[in-house]
Amino acid sequence: MLNFLGRRIVQLVPTLFFVSVLIFSLQQLLPGDPALVMAGEERDPEIIARIRQEYRFDQPLPVQYLYWIKGVLSGDLGESLRIKVPVLELVKAKLPVTLQLAAMAMLIALAIGIPAGVISAVKKGTAWDYGANAFALWGISTPNFWLGIMLIFLFSIQLGWLPASGYVSPREDWQASLASTILPAFVLGNAIAAIFMRHTRSAMLEVMESDYIRTARAKGASERKVIIEHALRNALTPVITLGALELGTLLSGAVLTEQIFSIPGFGKLIVDAVFNRDYAVVQGVVLVTATTYITLNLIADVLYVLVNPRLRS
Amino acid sequence: MTEATLQTTTIATKPVSWLETPAGRALQNLFERPSAVIGLAIIVAFIALALLAPFIAPYDPVATSWSAVRKAPSAAHWFGTDDLGRDILSRVIFGTRASLLAGVISVSIAIAVGVPLGLLAGYSGGFIDALISRITDAMLACPALILAIALAAFLGPSLTNAMIAIGVTATPIFIRLTRGQTINVRVENYIEAAEAIGNSSLRIALRHVLPNVVPALLVQITLSIAAAIIAEASLSFLGLGQQPPAPSWGSMLNAAQRFLVSAPWMAFWPGLSIFLMVMSFNLLGDGLRDALDPREQ
Repeated sequence: MLNFLGRRIVQLVPTLFFVSVLIFSLQQLLPGDPALVMAGEERDPEIIARIRQEYRFDQPLPVQYLYWIKGVLSGDLGESLRIKVPVLELVKAKLPVTLQLAAMAMLIALAIGIPAGVISAVKKGTAWDYGANAFALWGISTPNFWLGIMLIFLFSIQLGWLPASGYVSPREDWQASLASTILPAFVLGNAIAAIFMRHTRSAMLEVMESDYIRTARAKGASERKVIIEHALRNALTPVITLGALELGTLLSGAVLTEQIFSIPGFGKLIVDAVFNRDYAVVQGVVLVTATTYITLNLIADVLYVLVNPRLRS
Repeated sequence: MTEATLQTTTIATKPVSWLETPAGRALQNLFERPSAVIGLAIIVAFIALALLAPFIAPYDPVATSWSAVRKAPSAAHWFGTDDLGRDILSRVIFGTRASLLAGVISVSIAIAVGVPLGLLAGYSGGFIDALISRITDAMLACPALILAIALAAFLGPSLTNAMIAIGVTATPIFIRLTRGQTINVRVENYIEAAEAIGNSSLRIALRHVLPNVVPALLVQITLSIAAAIIAEASLSFLGLGQQPPAPSWGSMLNAAQRFLVSAPWMAFWPGLSIFLMVMSFNLLGDGLRDALDPREQ
């Protein structure tokens, strides 16, 4: 197990290196003099000079990269050019909000996607199966920003049940927090529920034809026991890996969802940074997102090996 | 002495119908799936709308009218009007162009870059494969929309830059898919035979490997177009895609958000159009995947 973990971490080093090169290269895409573009409309010579010095634009590219990566490795992701706050501080302040949203979305996705997948597989070819497949198609085809707008129209404007926008921390008032995050969490979880449903269905269909399921039935186990204790337990193993991969979808989805519901999270941070031309923040957010995603993938791989006895040996 | 007679039998060879070829069978399979046919029909309808937009649209999509601001759907304006008095139906029809264009061009960029790199990685192996694979992993590690937003932000907001950004983020999937398929194919006997008779690597890759990668690519292309359409709408929604006053479903939804109480129809139609187009590509992609599955033939 330790060998596997070590090998997996070593494999991550080149990936992380290329991620850092990719994100560093983003600023090379800026048209013209990057210092001028980053300084914004004011074009204050003092600010331009400070940006040139800070980003070492007068040095060759590899040297600029080395300084940048040295800063990143010591926790310095740069400073927001607009609000003069270190990017890391901004990320630390916004990330918990997005994580709360992502966790709720994941719970909703699991609560809908897995039962729908099981029912669809067990009742293959029936109206239940067609209904679950139609739901999955709806989930993967609906743009989450449209779903968000439509849900605000229905639940906030027409019915007045839930707030249309804003965020309340669970530490302040957990009920208000739940009310402010349930719609965006549903919007985020909807597409992932559809993906979970499809994967659970195909895994269940495969498992249900296995010899050990036939043996369990032959031994007289009830259908409920066969499905839940024997089939689902094994069918869910690939869902662990899938869950981690879908966290990337959650982070991407959060960008638009937070924008629609005015939730001050990670997604809104990147959008605001784009509009303010605060490129250091954009780079920092992409870097943190990619690193989080890679780490979660590693955790998923380890969990996959831990729950699968054949792989453990 | 026995006279041996040599009997010759002539085997009548019947010309093989096109429908009996693997491609023909796959096409037959595809048309036997109602969901795929529905998806294809909707795509064809959208393509017709995009091509015939100037003849079908009842109004100029960018013409404003202060006397028709935020009018509810009526006989004069079937889908209603927006905050500047523009006809929403006309803007939805013309918006089809931006969405289809973004879907097709960004995926074409991804194919043009991803397929040759995937072939190269899968066929050559060794250091080149490791290098391309690690770069692919790095790109896949950045969530696609976030990377597309960052790229579009650094390149500057426009439909062209949005298409480039979406194309770049879709590329690693094509590299990985082509590489995987190439690795599977290159161990086949016919590749060994082609090498043995002295074919060049380029010829083997193009004439023998690539055709075997095409079925898997077709499925991925369809699903990637669906994803690219959502990505373009997302970027336009954020103001990083098609710029006003040119119509785009994403930017129409952005404007609609501010008038949800007084003019909800502004949000309904562009969103429904995105949903229908994405759903149709997903239906076709799912149908193609099943139709091209050898177990189904």
